[in-house]
Amino acid sequence: MRYIPNTEEQRAAMLDVLGFSDEEELFGDIPESLLFSRSLKLPPAMSEMEMLTHLGALAASNAHAGEKACFLGAGMYDHFIPAVVNHMALRQEFYTSYTPYQPELSQGTLQAIFEFQSMICALTGMDVSNASMYDGASAAAEAAFLAGGTTKRSDVLVSRSVHPETRRVLATYLPLRGMRLVECDIEDGVTNLGDLKEKISGETAAILVQQPNFFGCLEDLASLGAVVKESGALFVVSANPIALALLEPPSSFGADIVVGEGQPLGNPLSFGGPGFGFFAVREKYMRKLPGRVVGKTTDREGKPCFVLTLQAREQHIRREKATSNICSNQNLNVLMATVYMSLLGPQGLREVAEQSLQKAHVARESLCAEGGFSPLFGAPFFNEFALKSPKPVERLNRHLLTEGFLGGYDLSLAYPEYPGGWLVAVTEKRTREEIERFAVCAGRCGE
Amino acid sequence: MNRLEPVSFDTSVPGRRGCVLPPLDVAEKAVASLLPGEMLRREPACLPELSEVDVVRHFTRLSQKNFAVDEGFYPLGSCTMKYNPKCNEDAARLPGFALAHPLQGAEFSQGALRLMYELTEMLTEITGMAGVSLQPAAGAHGELTGIMIIRAYHRHRGDEKRTKILIPDTAHGTNPASAALAGYDVVEVASDRRGNVDLDALREAMDDRVAGIMLTNPNTLGLFEETITDVADIVHGKGGLLYYDGANFNAILGKVRPGDMGFDVIHLNLHKSFSTPHGGGGPGSGPVGVGETLLPFLPVPLVRKCGDRYEFDEDRPLSVGKVRSFYGNFGVLVRAYAYILSMGAEGLREVAHNAVLNANYLMALLKERFLLPYDRTCKHEFVLSGKRQHDSGGVSTLDMAKALMDYGFHPPTIYFPLVVEEAMMIEPTETEGKETLDVFAKALCSIADEAEKNPEGVKTAPHSTFVARPDETAAARKPVLRWRREE
Repeated sequence: MRYIPNTEEQRAAMLDVLGFSDEEELFGDIPESLLFSRSLKLPPAMSEMEMLTHLGALAASNAHAGEKACFLGAGMYDHFIPAVVNHMALRQEFYTSYTPYQPELSQGTLQAIFEFQSMICALTGMDVSNASMYDGASAAAEAAFLAGGTTKRSDVLVSRSVHPETRRVLATYLPLRGMRLVECDIEDGVTNLGDLKEKISGETAAILVQQPNFFGCLEDLASLGAVVKESGALFVVSANPIALALLEPPSSFGADIVVGEGQPLGNPLSFGGPGFGFFAVREKYMRKLPGRVVGKTTDREGKPCFVLTLQAREQHIRREKATSNICSNQNLNVLMATVYMSLLGPQGLREVAEQSLQKAHVARESLCAEGGFSPLFGAPFFNEFALKSPKPVERLNRHLLTEGFLGGYDLSLAYPEYPGGWLVAVTEKRTREEIERFAVCAGRCGE
Repeated sequence: MNRLEPVSFDTSVPGRRGCVLPPLDVAEKAVASLLPGEMLRREPACLPELSEVDVVRHFTRLSQKNFAVDEGFYPLGSCTMKYNPKCNEDAARLPGFALAHPLQGAEFSQGALRLMYELTEMLTEITGMAGVSLQPAAGAHGELTGIMIIRAYHRHRGDEKRTKILIPDTAHGTNPASAALAGYDVVEVASDRRGNVDLDALREAMDDRVAGIMLTNPNTLGLFEETITDVADIVHGKGGLLYYDGANFNAILGKVRPGDMGFDVIHLNLHKSFSTPHGGGGPGSGPVGVGETLLPFLPVPLVRKCGDRYEFDEDRPLSVGKVRSFYGNFGVLVRAYAYILSMGAEGLREVAHNAVLNANYLMALLKERFLLPYDRTCKHEFVLSGKRQHDSGGVSTLDMAKALMDYGFHPPTIYFPLVVEEAMMIEPTETEGKETLDVFAKALCSIADEAEKNPEGVKTAPHSTFVARPDETAAARKPVLRWRREE
């Protein structure tokens, strides 16, 4: 066993010290009736060579954005990831270490998290960020709990333009705390302000919208923020972090909590995970944050350094009274995002956003010109847009796959009211040639 | 790395770039013609401006300020800091895994689905449960999911009166936090003098308002709960369910299965027992397993096999629902699958044997010098008390932990479990050889010597690290949680 260094001789010597003659005696405290007597039914052990061949074959049977031009988004985006990101993530000091409980031996991880928190504050305009949550959806659920705890109200009003997976996770979480998910209608691809006003009540703890929303459309955060302000509820915005390089931060529109899926920041699609959720709040909610937070301090000689802080919120101190049960962050994914943002800088990140915006608009024009597609909504959009397809979306995507594309998301899967709805995402990675060919192939499908 | 590394923002030079995009190759339109002006950022986001060289040096230097498993012994109790195989990293980065989109359709993701299906089958067999969900993103997330399943089960039976969850006093902090997050009142159960759950206390606490008990076995004292079958009978006898916290599963791989011990719901930590890297604190993965009667309540989606095809099973009306987006931390699942394939049944059993042998051997080397509150055969870890040193020379467990850094070791988990004063919780794992344990024991014994002869030397440790004893009180009192320009 190549991962187990002890030799037979060493094992015998160690048993000898213990006064045992047989390793089975080490398990003498387990009732005999419980001991597993047969061998586990598992495939025979593979050598490294065999394992890699086997996994190589499994991986090769998946379609993927490395061999198909990806026009699929719906929450996970195929942005370019500079080589440096992966090289830094592969530094063993980062990936084979644990939670920075001993600050003397973890300054690297701690400082990287501090820089991450600073960057998330810069993008969202909020005062305080934590070290991350599992994903954007669970971050939204924790935001709802924070709002419920603060307002002592029970309802979370969520626009139907919020990612369906986020709403499903909220539906799972909220009843645990006796809270309720109330959905607000959409109109022309954005939150219906009239319906929102109507559904606000004295029990509304939080109002959650997404920017850009699931359809790629931009919500009018100014108007929404004004409505929320009067309600006494917390304004929670789930945002695409790349878009925040271009858009006025949600803080300017009165957001109390900004969450979101961090995958677009330098993390691969990885079939949906791991990415990370970011979670940032106004200063007054600092001590109610869920999860880890890193703070700057000094050591005994006055040298600047970093530690996990505000731990009196957390489960290992507070147990059942903790703000959350979370005991980790998606640290390596956060590191990748931090390296990514460091490389891109404010200008580079803005260019990623702008190129995605420009290319998405060209793609929508081409698709509407080439193949009888029509825009489903009129609202302004960022890097993703919804079309009405004249042909069945499943057939369309199947055809596009054979032409070398990952086609858009079939909106009718989550929104039955939009049959033929097709959600197409375009990042800076797509070239003019790919966009043109994509439009032509989509137009020709079924001919 | 004995030098200060500035925060990246402080080294920013206006105009520097670490990544340049190709020129826009489509006709450019004014951004203001595409988006309403009032939505556009008035000021650029405040991010550092660095060249690629700056970024590589910065993060390389930061990395050198970390201690990690690849560098040396990391006996952090209950964290299972075992070696993370390199080939598993390569496997997870295969483009067909790393670049697959979660919504591209099951038909075009057959390799990913097959991997998930087979990993589910393997974990089902390894744990002795009836089914497993790979959804939860971490151990604590698995706990929460498991408690949701228990809640859904009781409610489905129309049993609304169960409002309590029992948790032993040795439990991880996540257990009570997860139970509370799921809406339960937490009732603590004492442990007895052998470190087992106190059966009398359990009988007293157990009634028809208890939904279940959360247990770690071996528990956080590193001890096997010898009366586990009695515990199961007592809890089941009053209609409660048993939850298994798999944090310490490494000790019993292939030796005894939670399903055979009477557990109804379990979670595993793939980043512990199954060698996926801890990543400085995540990402993890916390699959949840259940017995036959709880299968309908597992979170969606599951992967099922139809003939020779694999598909997602979303149609599960009694499911607790979705606990995160998409299908769990897939990249972590790939590494765990690669690990199980590399080890096989015999290899996993060897893991348990060596982990337990190493722990007992190290305990034997140390128990003369340190107080060992529970002196019996341990499993994968053991808990010493630094009380003797603390009472005689005033040297605390924290001091000794810091002193270990000067010997090139990561300290053990300290001040946990709470039932042991001045606790030092030591978990060597199976990926250490006897000689490492010998050197470590020698180091800890030298520290104990020093604690008697020169307590000040230990109280001022560490002496070899660049920073020492950060002021945590000041950090919490006046929090500085982000970089600001005026600093």
